[in-house]
Amino acid sequence: MDYASVILQLALSGLATGGIYALVALGFNIVFRSTDAINFAQGEWVMAGGMIAAFLYQAAGLPLWTVVPIGALAVVALGAASERLAVHPLTSPGPMLITLITIGVAIATKAAVMLTLGKAPAGLPAFAGSAPVHIGNAAIPPQALWVLLTMALVMVASHFFFERTLLGKAMRAAAADREAAALVGINVGSMVTRAFMIAAGVGALAGIVVTPITMTSFNAGTFLGFKGFSAAMLGGLGNPYGALVGGVLLGLLESLSAGLISSAYKDAVAFVVLLFILFVRPDGLLGRAGVSRV
Amino acid sequence: MKRAAFARNRIAFALFWAAVLVFPALAPNPYIVNLGVFWLINLILLASLNLLMGYGGQISLSHAAFFGLGAYISGVLSAKFGVSPWLGALAAIVASAAIAALIALPTLRLKGHYLAMATLGFNAVVSVLFVEMRGLTGGPNGLTNVPSLELFGFSLAGDVRFFYFAWIVTGVVIVLILNLLDSRMGRALRALSTSEVAAESMGVPVFRYKVQLFVLTAAMAAVAGCLYVHHINFASPETFDFMASVMMLVVVALGGTGTFWGPFLAALVYVGLPEVLHAFEGFEVLLFGASLVVVLLFFPSGLAGLLRLRPRRSRPETPPRAAAVVRLSERRP
Repeated sequence: MDYASVILQLALSGLATGGIYALVALGFNIVFRSTDAINFAQGEWVMAGGMIAAFLYQAAGLPLWTVVPIGALAVVALGAASERLAVHPLTSPGPMLITLITIGVAIATKAAVMLTLGKAPAGLPAFAGSAPVHIGNAAIPPQALWVLLTMALVMVASHFFFERTLLGKAMRAAAADREAAALVGINVGSMVTRAFMIAAGVGALAGIVVTPITMTSFNAGTFLGFKGFSAAMLGGLGNPYGALVGGVLLGLLESLSAGLISSAYKDAVAFVVLLFILFVRPDGLLGRAGVSRV
Repeated sequence: MKRAAFARNRIAFALFWAAVLVFPALAPNPYIVNLGVFWLINLILLASLNLLMGYGGQISLSHAAFFGLGAYISGVLSAKFGVSPWLGALAAIVASAAIAALIALPTLRLKGHYLAMATLGFNAVVSVLFVEMRGLTGGPNGLTNVPSLELFGFSLAGDVRFFYFAWIVTGVVIVLILNLLDSRMGRALRALSTSEVAAESMGVPVFRYKVQLFVLTAAMAAVAGCLYVHHINFASPETFDFMASVMMLVVVALGGTGTFWGPFLAALVYVGLPEVLHAFEGFEVLLFGASLVVVLLFFPSGLAGLLRLRPRRSRPETPPRAAAVVRLSERRP
């Protein structure tokens, strides 16, 4: 393969990884927008989505096309339960406190999945065969296209939801100003619950579509959450388009540094670049410079 | 805190620390003494992180990286190059402080979540280096054969002997922290953790103090790393990964951020709780996560609040400090 094809190949696989990171980052952003907190359970929901879908397919024998929605809905329920039990009862919910609590939720979620679904890695078959699709001299597994398709659909759906629907607008209002939103009759507490549910659903979808490519296991969530958080930061926390840009960029960075520099140090290279971007643009790529009130 | 409060803390600490000295004599077996050593090491880590986060208001997710740099630099120098562990430890502490200074200069200009992210990124890079520099660090299998400490031919190996040594080192670190909080810098830190802008406008050299604080607390974490590696004679990369940094942050909050006694309780919970939960075999991690949530739900400003028997005098009710720390610039989309 010539140099251009190598780059194309690396870019395509980076794009697919980036699609997953973007979905995880979107989950971070949704919770961040409504609570100002970093939700450490996000990665565990990605893992839980993959694990539940794989369990339903392998052990319960459900057809592949049904395990996607059932797995995602199960994790939405998990997200709702987590918020209601661990975050909702807080009397003065500060961002730092919520962040710390989600770390506890993440540890408990991971342990619960391990206890119920086991320690063994689990997989799913590719949604539409595994014959690689050729683009120029490069090849891409069809499942990677499913990842990108899911990412595109979720991004469009979340844009539509937050910009066009009453519930989405109410959630944005509650995120912008709790008191003002409450004054116009929005139930702010339930908006936070909804944010956790949507974030859980988005994360679970990411986990389910990536499982045919990478497999999954109970301890895969921490790593995915870490990457998704980095992507969200890179793009600008709280900015839904930032999740897309940050995720794809992080995926490309990793793939290119693994292919062109060193696969052992790909995470280090990706993070050095990330730190550099952060120093140059401290509010993320799409973030606006914050005006702080004194 | 007023002068009287500092004096009270000093006396209370001196009494408490003297009492800790009898712990090895009371402990029923060496395993418990060993837990005591881990309590001391974690106390250094959590007290220094509390100094940085609770008093200085800087959220760092790289404390485990400096803990690891201390452990690995001292461990590698003594295990692979035959350097005396004392010299190795000194080199490790100085090198960690130097690295901290390099990191601090660009990083501490960031605020809130972005400071957290940058330090997290640094921790991730350091973790990769621990795993991938196999020739030096032993890679994912860990660094083995790290020698124990020896003083003029007197070995400090063994749980009881090492306990007394760690007792001295930890005591020195805590006294240092107490003195620092009572100094000009300590007052400046409390001012800047409340509002950096206000502190700056009162003439506090905010950035310089933040860098000094970061370097100092990183050096303390490296001291803990040296104790750790020469006590268990081994180091493994996952002890120092970013999850370890995250856990330290949670545990400091659990103890009570920005309180003097918080880290003592936090270290106790961190070392003791997993031992208690061992009884619930298989469920210990689940219960650990659940207990974190429960404690934070019921004691949002930490366990140290339980110790405060009388209400604070002459001070209006302060909002939970932890919540104030990360409050980002108010964004309005």
